[in-house]
Amino acid sequence: MVSDAMPLAIHKSPLTVIYEWLATADHKKIGIMYIVYALLFLVIMGIEALLMRVQLSHANATFLSPQVFNRLFTMHGTTGVFFVAMPILFGFGNYLVPLMIGARDMAFPRLNAFSFWMTAFGGLLLYASFFAGDGFSQAGIAPDVGWFAYAPLTAPAFSPGHSTDYWTLSLLLAGVGSIGGAVNFIATILSMRCPGMTLSRMPLLAWMNLVMGGLVLVTISPLTAAQLMLMVDRYMSGHFFDTGAGGSVVMWMHFFWIFGHPEVYVLIIPCFAFISEIIPVFSRKAMFGYPAMVAATVSIGFVSLGVWAHHMYTVGMPSYGNAFFVLTTMVVAVPTGIKIFNWLATMWGGKIRFATPMIFCIGFLFQFLIAGLTGIMLAAAPFDWQLGNSYFVVAHFHYVIVGGILFAIFAAFYYWFPKMTGRMLNETLGKWHFWVFLIGFHLTFDAMHVPGLLGMPRRIYTYEPGRGWETWNMISSIGAIFQVAGILIFVYNMVHSYFKGALAGNDPWDAWTLEWATTSPPPDYNFAVVPVVRSRRPLWDIKHPDDPDWKYE
Amino acid sequence: MLEVTGVIFAVVFSLLVYAVIKFRQRKNDDDFEPPQVYGSHQMELAWTVLPVLIVVVMFLSNAQVIHRVQDARRPEGAVDVTAVAHQFWWEYRYPQYGLVTSNELHVPVSDPRNPTPTFLALQSGDVDHSFWVPRLAGKTDLIPNHPNSMWIDPQEPGLYLGQCAQYCGTQHAKMLLRVYAQSRADFDQWVHEQQQPAVSDPSVAEGRALFVAKACFVCHSVRGTPAVGQIGPDLTHVMSRDTLASGAVTNTPENLRAWIRNPEAFKPGSRMPVTELTDKELDQITAYLLTLR
Amino acid sequence: MSAIPAAMPASETPWKLPSRGKVGMLSLIVAESAIFTIFIVAYIFYIGKSLDGPTPRQILTVPIFTTICLLSSSLTMHWAVAALRKSKTGTFRAFWFVTLALGAIFLIGTGREWHHLIYQEDFTITTNLFGTTYYSLVGLHASHVAVGLIVLTTVMVLALLGKVKREHSERCEVISLYWHFVDAVWVVVFTVVYIVGR
Repeated sequence: MVSDAMPLAIHKSPLTVIYEWLATADHKKIGIMYIVYALLFLVIMGIEALLMRVQLSHANATFLSPQVFNRLFTMHGTTGVFFVAMPILFGFGNYLVPLMIGARDMAFPRLNAFSFWMTAFGGLLLYASFFAGDGFSQAGIAPDVGWFAYAPLTAPAFSPGHSTDYWTLSLLLAGVGSIGGAVNFIATILSMRCPGMTLSRMPLLAWMNLVMGGLVLVTISPLTAAQLMLMVDRYMSGHFFDTGAGGSVVMWMHFFWIFGHPEVYVLIIPCFAFISEIIPVFSRKAMFGYPAMVAATVSIGFVSLGVWAHHMYTVGMPSYGNAFFVLTTMVVAVPTGIKIFNWLATMWGGKIRFATPMIFCIGFLFQFLIAGLTGIMLAAAPFDWQLGNSYFVVAHFHYVIVGGILFAIFAAFYYWFPKMTGRMLNETLGKWHFWVFLIGFHLTFDAMHVPGLLGMPRRIYTYEPGRGWETWNMISSIGAIFQVAGILIFVYNMVHSYFKGALAGNDPWDAWTLEWATTSPPPDYNFAVVPVVRSRRPLWDIKHPDDPDWKYE
Repeated sequence: MLEVTGVIFAVVFSLLVYAVIKFRQRKNDDDFEPPQVYGSHQMELAWTVLPVLIVVVMFLSNAQVIHRVQDARRPEGAVDVTAVAHQFWWEYRYPQYGLVTSNELHVPVSDPRNPTPTFLALQSGDVDHSFWVPRLAGKTDLIPNHPNSMWIDPQEPGLYLGQCAQYCGTQHAKMLLRVYAQSRADFDQWVHEQQQPAVSDPSVAEGRALFVAKACFVCHSVRGTPAVGQIGPDLTHVMSRDTLASGAVTNTPENLRAWIRNPEAFKPGSRMPVTELTDKELDQITAYLLTLR
Repeated sequence: MSAIPAAMPASETPWKLPSRGKVGMLSLIVAESAIFTIFIVAYIFYIGKSLDGPTPRQILTVPIFTTICLLSSSLTMHWAVAALRKSKTGTFRAFWFVTLALGAIFLIGTGREWHHLIYQEDFTITTNLFGTTYYSLVGLHASHVAVGLIVLTTVMVLALLGKVKREHSERCEVISLYWHFVDAVWVVVFTVVYIVGR
């Protein structure tokens, strides 16, 4: 019988603790390492963003040289996608999936550790570039080719030295880690569910990590392939992207975006998972339309593989090519919209509790809606011919990534931090975090749409006065300060609550999935007895034996 | 497009606000769970079918616009320009008039009753670039080994500003575009002036000689002289332009001199190397270039 | 938690899940297939686009013998695993060894083909587009064969030490999935490079 009390503190020497963490194959520890790693890089990428916002706050600024600025936006984008978003989502998935399906660990614990360390070393390799060559004050030889590294800018002729190679090699490493992680998620979800948990009884988080895993398998690999080709060009004088030998640089674009577009769905789908777990609990209602949510997620996975060239509308594809991608891109909005309706319907008729996880979810709904709509606008090729590669696009995708993904991640932190540490995060600080960050987010990214509409392209280290861009850029830069403040409150909340937070107990939120059926934090083996389930909400069935879910499913 | 997205936003946002207010847990709550609703076939069908219809309509209208723009027929009076993008300047060739210029594009204003748009053939001499003058047209990329084309149809005379819109290296930010839409008479006058070979003023003979001796001619052309370099902008009529370094600075004698002395000061990372010149030589070369109207 | 039922209700069917080894290997195969697909797309796109240098028709000879070896090795691999499932460890060892040998012959054959192309035909990865795409695609496949051979050799050593028994047949089957995949890729590469591309 598992009790709610904290386990007795056992004294271990610091060396033992460090070794335990470095050598662990336990999914919970690995999950936490992914998350902490990502948070460190979140801070670093935030600093990179702040520096850029200072430079862009007024016209013809000289705070940063063009070379340093170009390295900053390259590193900011690359870090954000590969060393913040992917690891943090893999971290939450790693921690939660086995618990939520009633398993004791992932299918391949050692592969799990290997995948984490590959990703971790990839990030370290990328950042080593800042210290190599010119030295840190000259920002080293960090890559400066943009996070999508278009050919032939990456050819030896236009990228002398090794900066591009840091980009290529570090992402190859991280890619191996991602594929290993995806293999693990799929094998775990398909092969390790507890008795009674058929696929149609799995929590939506498990479904979404399954789809995400499948997507990673066919998404990261094209990038790996393209990067191998780039290495052949750079190291072995190959001609994959060498126009002088008849090669095509458009082919790099195709391969990159065949990776790059589904990749953003890889990032958002686990966030859909968090929202799908949190909104029902805080609305006190079952998820509305579970089968539709599953179907929508799976179809998003498939359709997202066919939209990539909407990043290439200006490249000179024939009209029917452009039109095809307009169609597929708009089609993928349909299942996405359906999910928003399902979340709304879950809240509808419920009893909404505005704890911090829930207010971050509401922020997500509002912002993801707007982000999706600016996405629809950009999906229209004629619109994109004007707005593509401008700050409108930058505003759009930051709306998704910060307003959507990061808000969902904050919600997940507040919701599952008690499970991971045994202590509640402070609600007052949480609300401060939310409102301060919200103000900063909207100042920065609402304003950012306007310069794009007024003709400001992206990736420019400075701009001329008189185009009408200065005020909006200044507003965006001011917003960044609020976001920093919000993050500082968040970090303080986590550190303070880890030591002094209220004890959480097994199930502080009165929730319904299996992770709340064990202690906070769970013991190494997760469950003393492997659970057996009969419905999608096993704990609802226990708490409401007169009205269990399996009567209605 | 904006109307559709606006309406969708208004509807969904209102529903969200309503739900958050109406269904919040009240202070005097009875602690019972609300009725559990697992789904509704009618609702789910409705909110699937309606978006699909919206998508179909939007796709069809998009396809029409795409076709009208990309497959537009080229009218008789159109002007042809081949734009070649370089790191970090623009080369313009007018095959119909046999002239080459750089960085400032002149086109005739087009009359809707008798259109004379400008059709641009887009090529690149090195990496990917993009031609974006927002008030004239959407952008189209210039990609090596992948020629593109686009057309502009300005109906109001004036100066239209833009800049390169595909990251192309260190000075991507200062690869500015200036398009001058002129009346037919002004445009013809400009063409005539640009077609002339370079002004040959004997008082700047030393500067002209230095232009060759100091290897400027390796990169730059001045028509009517031995300078036929293709690597940098054509300078035959450099003083007819309002700006230097592809819009980076205004074209004044001081700026011209400072640019030649040290391109890095205006445009760090520009491809023009620093040439070793004494002050006197710099004065002479500047004086020579100042005659190239 | 004692409140979670410890037994399934009688109405439910017995709980059976797919083997994690097989699911994991199939997932890896999906990812690898995606990588190969990109290289194959590049190869096909660049057919006929080299500006100069030798064409496939001029310098490629169809590697029929090594192909037969590699494809047969799938059959022998299948027989090896089947034998192990029936505890016929001797038969297993024999067929496993033949599989290994056939794979090695394929790899050596590729090496010899490349030696000829590089030293006699002066045809390298930098010669032209065809050279770049040919060596990359065939080389990517060959590297996968090499990894497979390393795994096969490891199992061979363990088998010779008598450590591979019937309870390991599931794991050997997982390995065989990888090997069949490598063969299937060769069918595609062979068709694209030596038949369609010539």
